[in-house]
Amino acid sequence: MIEYKNVTKLYGDKVGIKDVSIQIDDGEFVFLVGPSGAGKSTFVKLLLRIINADAGTILYNGYDVTDLDNVHIPKHRRSMGIIFQDFSLLPKKTVYENIAFAMEIIQKPHRMMKEQITRVLELVGLTGEEKKYPHELSIGEQQRVAIARAIVNNPSILIADEPTGNLDPVTGWEIMKILDKINKRGTTVIMVTHSQEIVNAMDNRVVAIEDGLIVRDEERGNYRPEDDSNDNNAEGGIFSL
Amino acid sequence: MNTRLILAFRQAFSQIRRNLAMSFASLFSITAIMIVLGVFFILIVNVNNIAESVKQDFDTIQLYLDADVTEEQAEDLMDDIKGMDNVETVTYLDKNDAMERWKKKWGDNANLLDRLKTNPLPNSIIIQVLRLEDANSVYNATKDMTGVEDVSYYQDTVEKLVTITDAIQVGAIVIIVFMIIISIVVVSNTIKLTVIARGKEIMIMKYIGATNWFVRAPFLLEGVLIGIVSALISGGLITYLYDFIVKNYGVDIALLVSTGLVPEMFLVKNLFIIFIALGTSIGACGSVISMRRFLDN
Repeated sequence: MIEYKNVTKLYGDKVGIKDVSIQIDDGEFVFLVGPSGAGKSTFVKLLLRIINADAGTILYNGYDVTDLDNVHIPKHRRSMGIIFQDFSLLPKKTVYENIAFAMEIIQKPHRMMKEQITRVLELVGLTGEEKKYPHELSIGEQQRVAIARAIVNNPSILIADEPTGNLDPVTGWEIMKILDKINKRGTTVIMVTHSQEIVNAMDNRVVAIEDGLIVRDEERGNYRPEDDSNDNNAEGGIFSL
Repeated sequence: MNTRLILAFRQAFSQIRRNLAMSFASLFSITAIMIVLGVFFILIVNVNNIAESVKQDFDTIQLYLDADVTEEQAEDLMDDIKGMDNVETVTYLDKNDAMERWKKKWGDNANLLDRLKTNPLPNSIIIQVLRLEDANSVYNATKDMTGVEDVSYYQDTVEKLVTITDAIQVGAIVIIVFMIIISIVVVSNTIKLTVIARGKEIMIMKYIGATNWFVRAPFLLEGVLIGIVSALISGGLITYLYDFIVKNYGVDIALLVSTGLVPEMFLVKNLFIIFIALGTSIGACGSVISMRRFLDN
């Protein structure tokens, strides 16, 4: 369970998020919507402890994320998977190596890798593509590799930053089916999106952020015109460098 | 642990390969700086060596005794002097022995001394000091002793020598420190380019949960490897150069300054140890500095 209690993050005079309180239960699928600069990025980065809050607490698995020592941050992040808007695959590594990379980082033994990578590739429908390089794959397939990499370490939370933002509608839906499948297996999914069709069709919880405040939190919500952003794809996602 | 190390080595080698041009640029820069450092090192060691041998000619103080000082009184004086700090040896020089020394020094012209009816030289005490820098204190303590008529001591020369050798040492340290800083900047800038090129990869690593040391290790090894290779190249070139100088000009230099060059093996062995330690540290510091900004969160 994730619980934000009166969380505020300021960037000088600018508000990142202000006095945000929200609870996300295990196994939920939450869409995070809102215009650019509304505070979605701050919301997610606080959870990953890429940045830290100025006030409030973020409880996760029984501890306060805002209170973590630097030493414990890597371990905290290992319980989460991230899907980047631009996939962020390493071009000089094969599909297998790209996924293995996530396991090497957390020092999983090599003998465990093959079995787990085969399993996630099967889940995302890429069995047999292990030896290909990212440029040999379609955009949709590249996003599936990114998903496979995000879930290979069995995270309890999956954070997806505009996972369908760069995809055509058909491929976007294929990705959504995979994310839904992962969610049904018990993984909490927090997805930042601007896709009206997807939000409306999935009928999941919708949290709308605007000017650093949660302006809407609906159990089965819809996408509204005010959630739109003019330049949602131009920024390269909330994790862009 | 081994797997991690192997992985870090694999990544370090692949980084060097991927950034071959920059790795070479870095290698050449450090090698060039180390060669200059090496030349300085050799110069300093040899200048010190010459200075030390020159100092040996000046580290004695000779006390000329009054004519009425008996041998027993001289012995008492010597006992007092032996008790002083910074005194290495104290020897008595009888005036007849002193004359014999003069005759030896004068060589073919010694017969001129034979014409003297009486020996004008006084009996004396020769003090050898432990450290030339402390000769002054021994001089001051002995010059007014009862029975001492005069003191022969090259105060000005000693002071100049001490000043010059001190200046050389301080100057050398300043230059060496300056060059080490330049090397660290060069390495850190080179590695920074690799780090920037791999910024996305580092970001993914960090967000997935890699520790700072996991991210840092390959870059650290890259810096250290470049440093060690530079050390070996520059060490080899300096050895070759010094060997050439010793073989071709060693005798001339020895005649000129009355001291031989510092033995090659001693110098080269120390130079390699210093270079490898320096190369490793420069590489490691350079990479740690270049990564700081990227490991903030």
